[in-house]
Amino acid sequence: MSSLALTAARASLLSCHMCHRLNTSSPPLSADSTVCCSRCGMELHSRKPNSLARAWALTLAAMILYVPANILPIMTVISWGEGEPDTILSGVIALIEADMLPIAALVFFASITVPVLKLLSIIYLLLSVQTHSTWRLKDRTTLYRLTEGIGRWSMIDIFMISILAALVKLEAIATIEAGPGAVCFAAVVVLTMFAAESFDPRLIWDVTEQASHD
Amino acid sequence: MIRILLEALIACHNCDLLHQRRFLQHGEWASCTRCGACLYQHKQDSLNRTLSLTLSSFILIIGANVFPFMTFKLQGRVQEALLLTGVQELYLQEMGVLAILVLAVGVLFPLLKIFGILYVLLPLKLGRRSWKAIPVFRFVETLHPWAMMEVYLLGVIVAYVKLVDFATIVLGSSLYAFVGLILTMAAADAFMDSESIWDELEVS
Repeated sequence: MSSLALTAARASLLSCHMCHRLNTSSPPLSADSTVCCSRCGMELHSRKPNSLARAWALTLAAMILYVPANILPIMTVISWGEGEPDTILSGVIALIEADMLPIAALVFFASITVPVLKLLSIIYLLLSVQTHSTWRLKDRTTLYRLTEGIGRWSMIDIFMISILAALVKLEAIATIEAGPGAVCFAAVVVLTMFAAESFDPRLIWDVTEQASHD
Repeated sequence: MIRILLEALIACHNCDLLHQRRFLQHGEWASCTRCGACLYQHKQDSLNRTLSLTLSSFILIIGANVFPFMTFKLQGRVQEALLLTGVQELYLQEMGVLAILVLAVGVLFPLLKIFGILYVLLPLKLGRRSWKAIPVFRFVETLHPWAMMEVYLLGVIVAYVKLVDFATIVLGSSLYAFVGLILTMAAADAFMDSESIWDELEVS
């Protein structure tokens, strides 16, 4: 199919990740020397270094933290000495019970759907690259772009907690305190953002090169 | 000679396929023939528009942080909050990590992004290049996904919905500045043409 596609890597060119300027890769890269972009000075790599290992490490860390993020309370509403812990899911349920369906849907999407889909899609992308899959290359690249762009929207809950904590601090009457679940959840969002950033979508297309060599 | 050849080409940053650059009309963009990623765009009057919108963002971000954001009234008690009160409160609750995160992605990074854009583009407009303009612009580009004001606004809406049933919430002038800030920043992002800024930084 696209076995004759001329990529920057095949032409021995390095495309700058920052400013997209093409650079020649001479003098040849040795293990410990780095080449920098002629325009913006960014370090150049044909592919992001250790892309798969870094993306896996960050994704696994995020998966582990995803469990306490959902079990531990993200915040506690303390009223007249009684604390009522809220998890991510119970927050969504409370919104549904208050008949705030659009907002409940928004929070469900941002705090539950997006992190799960993001973890699954990064794992799928990593596995598909490692098994040299040639299936639907273009769609997988689109999936990557979506994964990269959507991650930040999961931060809604963290900002919500910050605003609630700022407003509701009437000592005995009502106080809202952030819980350890919020820290875990914030870590999941940040780690998956870094994981998506570490993954190099060009690896998806590199299989077409290898296939033509075989 | 090689450099001119290289400047006539661009590699897709999603799939690495080489393309020959073409001159685009205003508002057109070039997409990768193999994976569909956007390669580059030609934006009309990019420098002036980005600069003016970023200047308005600068004014609005000050307003958003100085004036009260929301006022919470319950049983005769009144609690006023600034945009940054949440950060302070999280810190007092020994949630320092969360406080730093909210401070960074909600206020600090947007502010640094605005400063960075002004620092690089104002001198460019006057045909000059500011000191260390290239590393600063690289920093601005790196910050991009980490400035999350629009996400913050959704957090505000969710918090408002959660409180409005059992307390009186008065929206402060900061909130209007904040909404304005999100719009001007989004518009500045849409008009900013990184490709041509890099070109001009190289020439000047």
